[in-house]
Amino acid sequence: MRELALHLLDIAENSISAGSKNIRIEVIEDIQNDRLKMVVQDDGKGMDAETLATITDPFVTSRTTRKVGLGIPLLKAAAEACNGSLKIESASGKGTRVEVEFQRSHIDRMPLGDLVNTMMTLIIGSPEVHWRFKYQVNTETFEFDDEPIKEHLEGVPLSEPAVLSFIREYLEDGIAGIKPAAEY
Amino acid sequence: MNKVKSIEDLKRIREEALKKRDAKTLSGQKQIIVGMGTVGIAAGARDTLKAILNFIENEKLSDIVVRQTGNIGWDSHEPIVQVIIGEVEKVTYGKVTPEIAVKILKEHVVGGKIVKEYVIEA
Repeated sequence: MRELALHLLDIAENSISAGSKNIRIEVIEDIQNDRLKMVVQDDGKGMDAETLATITDPFVTSRTTRKVGLGIPLLKAAAEACNGSLKIESASGKGTRVEVEFQRSHIDRMPLGDLVNTMMTLIIGSPEVHWRFKYQVNTETFEFDDEPIKEHLEGVPLSEPAVLSFIREYLEDGIAGIKPAAEY
Repeated sequence: MNKVKSIEDLKRIREEALKKRDAKTLSGQKQIIVGMGTVGIAAGARDTLKAILNFIENEKLSDIVVRQTGNIGWDSHEPIVQVIIGEVEKVTYGKVTPEIAVKILKEHVVGGKIVKEYVIEA
């Protein structure tokens, strides 16, 4: 995966698999301090201390269909190669918080990639989850909460064409409005 | 630069969608499921899903539910797309690029004809 937005999608998929009802995603570009941080916080089933201790080991996964899970360990390695880190806080029954940080200007840092596409995939593909998304560049923020949209649609599916246009344009405008001109 | 999206927009969208639904009556619900596990994502499943959503948006196709799911268990065939139309058994397609996804939408989801060359299980 050569895009941070794809890793974000991968982490959020873990949150969905953990039965989360509420998932909050944050992407923060702090240009002054040269940091890029991404956070995924959920209220899913969480992990006990033993599982948590081994989660960044590439040969551990809670999935039963396949034995090797590579998403988190690969992202951790990528962050550490860019003067960054990956931290996971979790407790059984209480949810999980994954935080990953990079030196923003590091030559090996993956590009942020297509955040709109990642958020659309999550919002449309898993409508049972309450999604919140925050994108911050220095002190400017764009926040998205899908709950008011779902309330006003009163049961009209999110995959209706007009709804797709509405959500896509909302995300595109909000992100483009504060996105820095240069990736690095 | 920020086009303000209003509650009014949503109300209008809702009314239009409901009008269309009434006109159609029970046409048999169409569902498209895209596998979005780690392997699927790495193989390009997000862009496949994007192509599906773009096609629905551009062609204004109503009554299609698009879902994602975790690992389906066909790693070597990712990205995987499954199509369910009404009560008919689901059809599983493998190695679905954005281009193939559009073909499946046109021929199977809209046209009702399974695209045999990409089927891995039906």
